Amino acid sequence: MNEVFARGPSLLTRLCIVLMLSVGAMVIDTKVENLSTLRTYLTSLVSPLQYIADLPGALLDWSASSLTSRQKMLEENSRLTNQITLMNEKLQRFVVLEDENNNLRELLDAPVREGMYRMIAELMAVDNNPYSHQIVINKGAIHDVYKGQPVLDDTGVVGQIVEVGTTNSRVLLISDITHAIPVRVSRNNIRMIVNGGGSLNELSLNHIVHSGDIQEGDLLISSGLGNIFPAGYPVATITNIVRDESLPFASITAKPSAQLDRIKYLLLLWPPDIAPVDALSPSDELTREGS
Amino acid sequence: MRANKSFIFISIVMGVILQIIPMPPPMDLYRPDWLLLILLYWAMALPNRVNVGVAGIAGLILDILYGTALGVHSFALAVPVYLMSANYQRLRNYSMLQQAVMVLVLSALYHLIVYWLVYLITGIEFSWVFMWPCLASMILWPWLFWLLRKFRRNLRVT
Repeated sequence: MNEVFARGPSLLTRLCIVLMLSVGAMVIDTKVENLSTLRTYLTSLVSPLQYIADLPGALLDWSASSLTSRQKMLEENSRLTNQITLMNEKLQRFVVLEDENNNLRELLDAPVREGMYRMIAELMAVDNNPYSHQIVINKGAIHDVYKGQPVLDDTGVVGQIVEVGTTNSRVLLISDITHAIPVRVSRNNIRMIVNGGGSLNELSLNHIVHSGDIQEGDLLISSGLGNIFPAGYPVATITNIVRDESLPFASITAKPSAQLDRIKYLLLLWPPDIAPVDALSPSDELTREGS
Repeated sequence: MRANKSFIFISIVMGVILQIIPMPPPMDLYRPDWLLLILLYWAMALPNRVNVGVAGIAGLILDILYGTALGVHSFALAVPVYLMSANYQRLRNYSMLQQAVMVLVLSALYHLIVYWLVYLITGIEFSWVFMWPCLASMILWPWLFWLLRKFRRNLRVT
């Protein structure tokens, strides 16, 4: 031991310095709003670590997909073909309805809803601290991802972008305790706000009066208020309503439409005025290619 | 000499990667605090090399990777590492079981500090699930200690 006599400042001084710096960083990070560029830079800086941590999983995925039997592939292929056929049939009716709806809106002088640019993203990492529900996806600033962008999957709203890195970005799920999304009941257009509850398959609705016309099984769709989420996407289904008159409001829970615990592919949406290069434009039709 | 010192760095980077590596959700609850354990080992074995400062920097990297407010994990890692390096001479002489119990206490302290800071920033409810990793850390400690000591002696890290 040549280090019996410590060099530099004493241990306690070092601790105090580190603690003060971290408290300073916390205060700056939470109170100052326009730090997102610094955060982008830092996220990009450590993203190699994320890629390395993702490697074993990716390797397993790759080996699983390259070792699947021919039989399984054929089965999956026929299943997907069936699904596409069924979807296409629905889509044909939907196109007619959309045209009809636009015509009606024009007759009423209401603005015609424009389509959105969209891009498919893949899940890279799931946050493992139990305090927050965030995931990392493989699209970032070079794909024109922006902060506050809506993220969906094939069944419903998943969340919004909270941090953008160069090649990846971070999504806050609707189940996070700090997240809230404006919705309306699709049956009768009552407006309300759905809060995350900190559990992946339970959302909560606060401040709903006892007399509110809500039933179990009601579908909640995004209302488009708040200008973050586009209107008309399914968010959750009401699962449980407790109308305890001794409490000021009814306590209502809902189950997210998207399966937040088994996310793999996600959809990023852009409003029509931002048109990213790689994104599918609203007029593109994915399904035509297969036929 | 240079290669030996870099082993400390490599082990800390490995610790960070093990903290963020994806695991199946049921097992995720029991993820041991790899980074804390590795930092504690070095703070005990080589307190002149790894110290509160290194813990602070490693914590900051963890904050960026976890998406928590910057400084939460550096604060939470610095305190147990400080306690370890302030008492390293005593802890070195403890039996493995006693050391493991001390690791349990330090790991619980780490999780409580993280919980407390996140509570101040966003407001979350306490759940005992947050404390499961402490037990996993305690069980892992003897094996990790043995492994890191083997590497330290073979590579003559000083």
